[in-house]
Amino acid sequence: MALKQVQPPSRPAAQRSRTGLKQRLRNYFALHFHVLTTTLAQLGRSLSGNLMTTMVIGIALALPATLHVFLNKVDNLGASWQESAQVSLFLKVKLPAQALGGLTTELNSWPEIGSLEYISPEQALEEFKQTSGLGDALAFLDQNPLPGVMLVSPALAFQTPAAVETLRQRLSQLPEVDLAQLDLEWLQRLHGLIRLAERAVLLLGGLLALAVLFVIGNTIRLAIQSRHDEIEVIKLIGGSDAFVRRPFLYNGMWFGLFGGLLAWLLVNVLLVNLDQPVRQLAELYGSDFSLGLVDTKTTLLLLVLGPLFGLLGAWLATGRHLRAIEPS
Amino acid sequence: MIQFSNVSKRYSNGFEALKDVSLHIAKAEMAFLTGHSGAGKSTLLKMIPLIERPSAGSVTIDERPLAQVKRRKIPALRRDIGVIFQDSKLLNDRTVFDNVALPLLVSGLHHPREAGRRVRAALDKVGLLQRENDFPVYLSGGERQRVGIARAVVNRPKVLIADEPTGNLDPALSREIMLLFEQFNQVGVTVLIASHDLELIGAMDKRIMVLSKGRLLADQGGLGGT
Repeated sequence: MALKQVQPPSRPAAQRSRTGLKQRLRNYFALHFHVLTTTLAQLGRSLSGNLMTTMVIGIALALPATLHVFLNKVDNLGASWQESAQVSLFLKVKLPAQALGGLTTELNSWPEIGSLEYISPEQALEEFKQTSGLGDALAFLDQNPLPGVMLVSPALAFQTPAAVETLRQRLSQLPEVDLAQLDLEWLQRLHGLIRLAERAVLLLGGLLALAVLFVIGNTIRLAIQSRHDEIEVIKLIGGSDAFVRRPFLYNGMWFGLFGGLLAWLLVNVLLVNLDQPVRQLAELYGSDFSLGLVDTKTTLLLLVLGPLFGLLGAWLATGRHLRAIEPS
Repeated sequence: MIQFSNVSKRYSNGFEALKDVSLHIAKAEMAFLTGHSGAGKSTLLKMIPLIERPSAGSVTIDERPLAQVKRRKIPALRRDIGVIFQDSKLLNDRTVFDNVALPLLVSGLHHPREAGRRVRAALDKVGLLQRENDFPVYLSGGERQRVGIARAVVNRPKVLIADEPTGNLDPALSREIMLLFEQFNQVGVTVLIASHDLELIGAMDKRIMVLSKGRLLADQGGLGGT
């Protein structure tokens, strides 16, 4: 064995640590980059085991994300129907033309009203003849039994369910009006159901987020156990808790990020698979509704919340288990 | 440099590993601790990097009482101390280079060129530069121990402590390892080695402290003592 001439220690380690801020910042970012890349490489080395964990996280995140996306789509569909909500005013039979003119003038001055369309009794009868198939029978009537109808479309700012209902009530009190009818009550019920489902999704999402935290926490706990000796050596040569913790936090973040990406992919696969039958169903109702892909907001939510849950799960696990490992 | 003043250590199971031990090791001194198994050598060494804390008495390094070192300051203290174990405690999933580079990473030196230069210098000192890309499992016992020494000195510590560093080695290799420690000592590093091999340490012509059942029985040839 050829032993070389040993050089004296140039500067003690304690003095060397008093480096400039710029150098320390450079070292800090270099360390993070080093840990970022090495943890990613480590994940790749034990791909099969880590893939299982990522799948569990992905599926757990995909479930509430799918429900959230569905509810959003249905909510948007409901909102588009709500925008076309109209109040039908069935006017008193034989309303004089002067009264009709006065009513039209008054309603045009209401800020809640966007537009008016008058259907005269004659127009209504003609339309009824064409669509009902009872044209011949209607010819035997002595007089037109249908009233005039005023179709009232709310202004853009008054298209919420509550505002439209208030407008309907106000219109129904007009002396020229026999009946004010809003045919979208079912839509309000749908809105109520969607709100309920959204709350359920939120609670389910919370529970599944907790599950993700536990899955990541448990994975990190196992990683800590399997690297017990390494942690001991690192602490022995002066590694701080933060230094030891850092790779595990990055591990958790990677798990969360890949889980989020997988969830995004799963939700998109589901949407693509369901899109065709949903389109066909919508067409039967005269709608061009389609599911499409995951929206940008949900994508960002998955890609931010996934790593965040990963970090949090890893932080909880390391906080609990790392302190217990000390050189012996 | 290192001062033990009336240090005792009693473990939670009641075993008293050290009893009223006082000793002083001067800066740049090289000294040996010897004694039978269970004499308290390892316990004494472990108090220097604060792996153990005394039950009574005090330990100071560079006149700094270790009792005052808070938990979060322990890593900084350990970075100034190179520790070598009988089993070398290398990480088998990393190359020789990465094992030796670990203390530099821990100390915040991440510049690849500078870290590489220092790691190769340390490996060169122990004669293992050509093995930098090998994994520890492919090294002999003596080589593993030399990698452990390179790792202990790469951060240029002020103090080197070694617990039975030649315990698994044959006499010729043991002698070479001791010469290596002597070379580090000659450039100003304080070296404290625990060894039960009296023949080996006797040949080194250095201070020898004898521990028996936790007590310091003898202190021969030293600059300071009990």
